[in-house]
Amino acid sequence: MPVWLTGFFFLVIIFSHTLAMATQGKLVITGSSTMAPLVAEIGKRFETLHPGTRVDVQTGGSSRGIADAVNGLADIGMASRALKPQEHTLHGAIIAYDGITLILHQDNPVHELSNEQIKAIYTGAITNWKTVGGLNAPITVINKAEGRSTLELFLQHFSLSNRQIQAHVVIGDNEQGIKTVEGNPHAIGYVSIGTAQYDATHGVPIRLLPLQHIPATLETVRNGTFPLSRPLTLVSKAPPTELAQTFIEFSQSPAVHDLILKQYFVPLP
Amino acid sequence: MISSSNNILSHFHSDRFLLWSLRFLALIAGSLLVLIVLFLLHESLPAFQHIGLRSFFADEGWYPSEELYLLTPMLWGTIWATLGSIMLAAPLGISSAVCIQYYAPPFLAKPYRRLVELLAGIPSVVFGLWGLVVLVPLIARWQPPGPSLLAGILVLSVMILPTITLVTLASLAHIPASSIHSATALGLGRWAIIQRVILPTAKAGIFTGIFLGVARALGETMAILMVCGNVVQAPSTLFDPIRTLTANIALEMAYALGNHRSTLFVSGLFLMVMVVVFVIMAEGLRHREAHADTR
Repeated sequence: MPVWLTGFFFLVIIFSHTLAMATQGKLVITGSSTMAPLVAEIGKRFETLHPGTRVDVQTGGSSRGIADAVNGLADIGMASRALKPQEHTLHGAIIAYDGITLILHQDNPVHELSNEQIKAIYTGAITNWKTVGGLNAPITVINKAEGRSTLELFLQHFSLSNRQIQAHVVIGDNEQGIKTVEGNPHAIGYVSIGTAQYDATHGVPIRLLPLQHIPATLETVRNGTFPLSRPLTLVSKAPPTELAQTFIEFSQSPAVHDLILKQYFVPLP
Repeated sequence: MISSSNNILSHFHSDRFLLWSLRFLALIAGSLLVLIVLFLLHESLPAFQHIGLRSFFADEGWYPSEELYLLTPMLWGTIWATLGSIMLAAPLGISSAVCIQYYAPPFLAKPYRRLVELLAGIPSVVFGLWGLVVLVPLIARWQPPGPSLLAGILVLSVMILPTITLVTLASLAHIPASSIHSATALGLGRWAIIQRVILPTAKAGIFTGIFLGVARALGETMAILMVCGNVVQAPSTLFDPIRTLTANIALEMAYALGNHRSTLFVSGLFLMVMVVVFVIMAEGLRHREAHADTR
């Protein structure tokens, strides 16, 4: 074999190898359990568009997502909140919005609660539905476990500390809260609007409460008028790696809007 | 007892090979436990250094975001749930085993036994789901809020009942027929035989069943997490929600960082200590019983 031919083959091998290296790669994404199902779907679509890449999505909460992005355990972290000022060294990209809503059982005659009433119910100042115009029945207060971003956002919005809350039930994920309200007509809880609206339209007997007269719907979250809403953020080291950057841009593009809507989140305008 | 050192066949190499491979496997099994304990100690070390053992018993409450780490309410939650379930499940389990073995007609005993075996195989999350959608709403209608120590005890009882029943059954089956025949020959009635001959003979096996039940109740997580309400408080009535040490770990581990995370490993360590104390107590009890029998 002539020398030039050997050299040519050698070059071809090197070149194809670097090409493969460019498209091959693994993205580890960890964090918010609210975002994980959505990002996993986006990841599947991303894998089909970029053969050879693998997107590995793990849950663990927003705090873990940010911590993993900081210390490099994950390429991208998922945080279902805006970045805090002290986290400005990170690169954050909003991919969608989510709202938190209070839910009641459908048989509960109460249709609206003011911020003060909600606060009083959660701190144990009001313990009977009669006080807020409902039936004569004790209120069952459902709270979230420590560390969840839903709890953090709820406490922050009503300027409460977790110590003030007099809960009867502490739940882990959204679905457990919905199941608890489903089984107890006198319970009140708070969950993601996306999950709540999905279940309410699929025959689960729960009702989403409006907040400050603004109904809890996907529209009000999208246009930013619903008070208890939060951005879903992909977090990475600044600047992100090339593959991470490609994934973040893809997640923000209209190409994934159908996936976002399917999860009852609100896509970027 | 057959001892291989007295056995004339033990000079073969294959026997020695078997002996050493068994020793090696036993060493692995034993060191696993040691490794787990070491790992727990290692992970909980930061909590002991930065928070201190006193805080776990003297803090104002469990508020990890405010650096308050009181563990005693969850310790009580675990203890009450376990005690309650064993008090409910042990009599039920033992009596259903006696019923299967000595009272039920064969056409009933066999399917009943299969049913209990099936019950033992149901995953705990299924019990939890059942508790959440059936049991808790029932209790809520009677004594709100519903998720409570009582719900936990009931679900745990259903879970450990088959363990106690099956182990008791196995030990009843091993009672020498001659004892029963002698008792019958003496003209004792069926209940007298069970009470005076069978139950005392099968005592060790019954205790083993109860110990296994307690161990399962102590470690149960998923079902408890779904029906107990998970509010951190020492229960004052059966209808108060509680949080167990295991539920605490499962609820918060995924979201915990730093001292909070380390304290969750301390809860694991506490659980481990509880199991060890329990095993020592159980061994002591068994030893005393064995001693009483020889006298």
